[in-house]
Amino acid sequence: MTGKLVLENLKNRPMRSLLTILLIGVPVTLILTLVGLTQGMLSDAQDRQRGAGADIMIRGSDVKGLTSASTITIPARMVDLVQRQPHVKLATGVINERVEVIMLLAGIDMARFSQMTGGFTFDRGGPLKGPDDILVDRLYAEEHHLQVGQTVDLVSHNWRVAGVVEPGKMARLFVQVGTLQDLRAATGKIGQIYVQADAPANINLVKEELIRLLRDYPVYTMDEISAMYNVDQIPAIKPFTVVVAAIGVVIGVTVVWLSMYMVVLQRTREIGILKALGASKAFILGIILIEAALLGVGGTILGIVFSYGAQWLIQTLVPASFQMAIAYGWWPRVAAITLAAAILGALYPGLSAARQDPIEALAYE
Amino acid sequence: MSDGAIIETRELRKVYRVGQVDVPALRGVDLTVQAGEFLSLVGPSGSGKSTLFHIIGGLTPPTAGEVKVGGQNLAALSDAGRTKLRRRTVGFVFQKFNLLPNLTARDNIAVARHIAGLGTKPDAQFDEVLRLLGIAGRLDHKPNALSGGEQQRVAIARAIVNHPAILLADEPTGNLDSENSKAVLEVLRDLNRRLGQTVLMITHNPEAAAYGHSTVHMRDGRIVDRTAPTT
Repeated sequence: MTGKLVLENLKNRPMRSLLTILLIGVPVTLILTLVGLTQGMLSDAQDRQRGAGADIMIRGSDVKGLTSASTITIPARMVDLVQRQPHVKLATGVINERVEVIMLLAGIDMARFSQMTGGFTFDRGGPLKGPDDILVDRLYAEEHHLQVGQTVDLVSHNWRVAGVVEPGKMARLFVQVGTLQDLRAATGKIGQIYVQADAPANINLVKEELIRLLRDYPVYTMDEISAMYNVDQIPAIKPFTVVVAAIGVVIGVTVVWLSMYMVVLQRTREIGILKALGASKAFILGIILIEAALLGVGGTILGIVFSYGAQWLIQTLVPASFQMAIAYGWWPRVAAITLAAAILGALYPGLSAARQDPIEALAYE
Repeated sequence: MSDGAIIETRELRKVYRVGQVDVPALRGVDLTVQAGEFLSLVGPSGSGKSTLFHIIGGLTPPTAGEVKVGGQNLAALSDAGRTKLRRRTVGFVFQKFNLLPNLTARDNIAVARHIAGLGTKPDAQFDEVLRLLGIAGRLDHKPNALSGGEQQRVAIARAIVNHPAILLADEPTGNLDSENSKAVLEVLRDLNRRLGQTVLMITHNPEAAAYGHSTVHMRDGRIVDRTAPTT
């Protein structure tokens, strides 16, 4: 009966109920989108690093941490030195240049890079031939509406789109390493060396050998690099998520507070009727809290649905720049946060309702 | 408590505080109502009728004096105790019907059972009461689909569904036309006669008051007369 009373109340004022659910749903969407973007972009970067087909990466001596800016400090002749080491099947030098804040432009040795990755799959066009040629992956081409033969301006240089490739090979944009060296006045230098061992069992052996050989250069297995792609490695993201969640709680509490306060005012007479029938304070408070909790559940569901909408929008509008995962693991968390906010927001109006004098409430017009 | 008395008040006083002014609403009311009695309460506005009702119904405590309802001293009851009293000992019928607008007539009746902790389904004999009230076929309608007379009869059904010792009716015909008023008053008289339901009814209408066994006249917070009606 209590459930019916609450449901009928919600049904009777559909616009208020829907608006409240919408306003609760928006911060839920914000939280899920932020977390989904973090997870999606880390996972995408991880997948693309794996897609390089390398087992080991050697980085510049001055690079610290995952998010450090790329530098071009490794002498290119070191690639041959590494190539000659026992159990090294293949080594290739790469320059990763950051463009558009979060996008990487990779300067590669086309032949060696193709050998290491197993080769590009071309949607359209063909491999890098001229010094100004660029390969773009399908997502980048979609986002920027690029066709083969078109010119694209990146890092203050005009490039001709030679081909559109399937995504998943380290970067979204590829040019000849030599051109990038010239542009950066770094002739004879590279940013990283990717190394493929002759067998998985020898990866650690190769790594130890390279550490011994290249004392000043950090050497990581790709598993170690993959492990760096997690939220803990990005210092600002956790506090930022907490701040967004806190804003969500404040919005949720305020919305529910206002909504339930309005409900209590509108239903003063009904509360008086229930009290005249012998409803206890706990019963009245319970009705208000259950109604708020249902609005919270509705807001959570709507927020989850909206997060799919946000994912679709991101995939449609900026598929190369941003990747958003659906943060299933956060559904219970946002549900708990929203429920807590809804109940907190309904507490004061609920207690006011429970404390109402039945005679005054019955006389309310 | 006198033998057979279901309501007994002695020197009952109620003072309301309005701003910084004390407003006496009851100035020493002595009233005895026997079980099974149908008592009409009349008097001008501000005479204290509704206040007396509210105290007997456990909606507000008295300021002083004694009030016993069904053997319970209401002056000694806490807010929770009065809440409990309202569940089963008294049933209210109001001038404005006061049905819950979002619920059907059936659910309006069921909610009273639910609050009293008796489940939601009325007992089997209650079907007879519904027939007596003439609303058996209207139970699945919401209040806005019922006439005033039907709404008031639903309110009466809700008031007696838990078999209260006393039915308190505050101007039950105040919002009804003469035809519906007559129907409601006859229902109240039938409930009193057939089921022995004790009824206290506030009214301004002498014809309505005539349905009771006796009439109490109030003025300025006091009972000034108690007479059998002349019909």
